[in-house]
Amino acid sequence: MLTKRIIPCLDVKDGRTVKGVNFVNLRDAGDAVELGAMYAAQGADELVYLDITATVDGRSTFIDLVRRVAQTINIPFTVGGGISSIADVSALLHAGADKVSINSAAVRNPDLINELSLEFGSQCIVVAIDTRYIETENGFEHIVHTHGGRKATEIRSIPWAKEVEERGAGEILLTSMDTDGTKNGFALELTSTISGNANIPVIASGGAGNMEHFYDVFTAGKADAGLAASIFHFREIDIPDLKEYLKNKDLPIRMTR
Amino acid sequence: MKTVIIKYNAGNVQSVMYALDRIGASYLYTDDEVEIRSADKVIFPGVGEASTTMSYLRSVGLDKVIPSLKQPVFGTCVGMQLMCRFSEENNTECMGIFDVDVKRFPAASGLKVPHMGWNNISGYQSPLTEGLPDNAYVYFVHSYAAPICEYTVASCDYALPFSAMLHKDNFYAAQFHCEISGNAGQQILENFLKL
Repeated sequence: MLTKRIIPCLDVKDGRTVKGVNFVNLRDAGDAVELGAMYAAQGADELVYLDITATVDGRSTFIDLVRRVAQTINIPFTVGGGISSIADVSALLHAGADKVSINSAAVRNPDLINELSLEFGSQCIVVAIDTRYIETENGFEHIVHTHGGRKATEIRSIPWAKEVEERGAGEILLTSMDTDGTKNGFALELTSTISGNANIPVIASGGAGNMEHFYDVFTAGKADAGLAASIFHFREIDIPDLKEYLKNKDLPIRMTR
Repeated sequence: MKTVIIKYNAGNVQSVMYALDRIGASYLYTDDEVEIRSADKVIFPGVGEASTTMSYLRSVGLDKVIPSLKQPVFGTCVGMQLMCRFSEENNTECMGIFDVDVKRFPAASGLKVPHMGWNNISGYQSPLTEGLPDNAYVYFVHSYAAPICEYTVASCDYALPFSAMLHKDNFYAAQFHCEISGNAGQQILENFLKL
């Protein structure tokens, strides 16, 4: 049976993970390759590496990192952050990334989604949607945000999710900026609406604080995958425990030990 | 031992090369017929769309070379589909090594297509699955699949049962991506290289 995926997300700056990570058994917790390999060994189903470097030098460091990750780990991984052209995507895929995630560039130029999926295949094009529930002239609505969730657009998130699918996205990475960082749980209703409408997988992100939140997002939220960062990095949840917990609740989970 | 990865207009095969690096296997990435014919093992990877890929293979004659190979050949993902007779993906005549037609997952199932993620395989009857745990999980990304047939040596279930692996004579194939399928995928690659 197709399993629900658990995906740790690593923020990377100048080739190193930024969020303080307290894994005592790692020689260098800032080493994004070593951390990724450890998550893979623990049973993570996929990894996401987000490049939060803004500089050109940082960009080439990131590509070098992508190459080392691809050489080291034997599970799929997605890379994102600042991708805006076919050339960017080509460089990352050739370095060994399995998928790329685009966000602001897709909002600026939705045709980019079509172009990328034609050029590289839908299966490797993830569209990230950062969304926030805000007041508009029509009352409160889910609105797409860019620039790390700081900048509101005029795009409504629910129809945008359908549009990116029709344009050829192979997967949606849905981050609720309302729940992100709260540890109060994923945005279940929105995730359920978007994933229920979609014929492509939806990765839910933002708000995971405990193991039950993952159960909720896979059941009530209808998500295909759940992503989190700091709760894994700070070992508030260990991936093997999480997978055991979900398995015991009868969800389809890939057990690796 | 000489292993060749067939070079054609496939998408990214970098991760296949890295997977071989990890198990310490050397390889040549080439479309040269002489090199391919003289290899001990041939890997035919696949990422892409069936009709474009098939017309490319025809234009360079690889559509005749591959079915005539005598050494072990391992096709993965679209590579496996192109080794079948026909694909519903843009109604493509394929190489016909396996006498079976590749069909799109039914939309009516209510399941998402592509079938993307980790799923378990079972019913092993191949030397490539030796040493694998029962119901091993491997990573799939595909919208088309070969039904269960006489060449099926491992099956998977998504909407309906389909062939996860095929085998006939010296031809082996897997629908999933061994190169990113964790330890199970690595075991299958090692088993192929040991044939």
